[in-house]
Amino acid sequence: MIVVVDYNVGNVQSVRNALDYLGIEDALSADPAVLLGADGIILPGVAAFGFAMRQLGDLGRVVREAALGGTPLLGICVGHQLLFERSDELGEHAGLGLVAGRIVPIPRQAGLSIPHMGWNAVQPDGPMDLFEGLGPQEHFYFAHSFYAEVTDPEARVAWVDYGGRRVASVQKGNIYGVQFHPEKSAPVGLHVLRNFEALCRRRPHVAG
Amino acid sequence: MLTKRIIPCLDVKDNRVVKGVNFLNLREAGDPVELGKRYSDEGADELVFLDITATIRSKRTIVDMVQRVAHKVFIPFTVGGGIRTADEIDVLLRAGADKCSINTAAVENPDVLAESAERFGSQCVVLAIDARRRTDGAGWIVTVKAGSEPTDMDAVRWAERAERLGAGEILLTSMDADGTQAGYDIELTRAVAEAVSIPVIASGGAGTLESLAEVLEKGKADAVLAASIFHYGTYSIRQTKEYLAARGLPIRPFVPVGPAAGN
Repeated sequence: MIVVVDYNVGNVQSVRNALDYLGIEDALSADPAVLLGADGIILPGVAAFGFAMRQLGDLGRVVREAALGGTPLLGICVGHQLLFERSDELGEHAGLGLVAGRIVPIPRQAGLSIPHMGWNAVQPDGPMDLFEGLGPQEHFYFAHSFYAEVTDPEARVAWVDYGGRRVASVQKGNIYGVQFHPEKSAPVGLHVLRNFEALCRRRPHVAG
Repeated sequence: MLTKRIIPCLDVKDNRVVKGVNFLNLREAGDPVELGKRYSDEGADELVFLDITATIRSKRTIVDMVQRVAHKVFIPFTVGGGIRTADEIDVLLRAGADKCSINTAAVENPDVLAESAERFGSQCVVLAIDARRRTDGAGWIVTVKAGSEPTDMDAVRWAERAERLGAGEILLTSMDADGTQAGYDIELTRAVAEAVSIPVIASGGAGTLESLAEVLEKGKADAVLAASIFHYGTYSIRQTKEYLAARGLPIRPFVPVGPAAGN
């Protein structure tokens, strides 16, 4: 069972709709026991970073514990940003610290609209689980003004070009993040969600 | 590279899409969900649903429609028409809309933009401007109530102010060009696009594919919105995108639906 973290931010329902459409069994929960027993956890999020961390509250510790225990974790949009150590959005805020790096604003440039809103090509830096079976330059839907500067030597990243190379996705062991919205990225986005579900199923099941 | 978005606009009344709909092979040609899905499958980058009645009763119907669309359509969509408060936006976002567009209510109470941006993030907040060319000089004025009432506000200044208040995108309609199919107001679009750093969606006047290309190239729009040319089947989304791509514009290529969909 994939558990979507219920912490009252943004449009959690869209992620669940996409999973339902794919026939993937999921649950929405804020119960630590349910999260710790999940085959995979999705941390969605449409909100400001600080607000999202506050809303997550003690569940942050639970998500962290599950991820460090090996449960596949997928952060989407702000959920992806929460995986990192800190963010500069509206003041400085600490994140979950699962991946080394910092959330910074997309630098302003003439002719570059902010937010980065729309479909852009994503290029994985070598093979990455979430992009398995997809072409090297698929388009995904983005809507964000901040992005992750990844400093973690163990992390793999996928790039998107927006006024320079920006991180579109990160993978570190069983921890995954996507800055774009797979649930809003048509067939290629659904493919990413399906890949996540497949890797949750592949994981050796832990009893209990 | 960020691609230019092609956005069909669906005017909804009593749970039906109005304006000509020319998809004879659809069982429910006027069903917003079916039509939205059809456009999404064809390669539309985004959808806009406009509640053209915007009564208290229609608002409940729209929430239900949004829920149904969100279960079947996996591209972003905006809902607009008669939205007055951040609480109404909250309901629509929770139902599954990705963004909401505010028009008259923002003119009457600009704070609704700031409040919504603070609560839901700028990326959810679209300011819709219905602009009309001044008859007494250069520039464009903002009109409200579906273009029926002029204000004394300058459209370009209003766009700048809305950006400062927290709007994440401008849906800019030329009321002079709307419904004419004679091409977008390039000058208006360019004036607004150059004045703000948030994305601008050009609307009103979509006719030939050339007119779409022009407003993206010369008008500097980030996206084009069109209704009739798609609903009447003058051009398909796919044909439109192939044309624009051949002109050298960055366009998301068509990806056939199949591998990941369904069980």
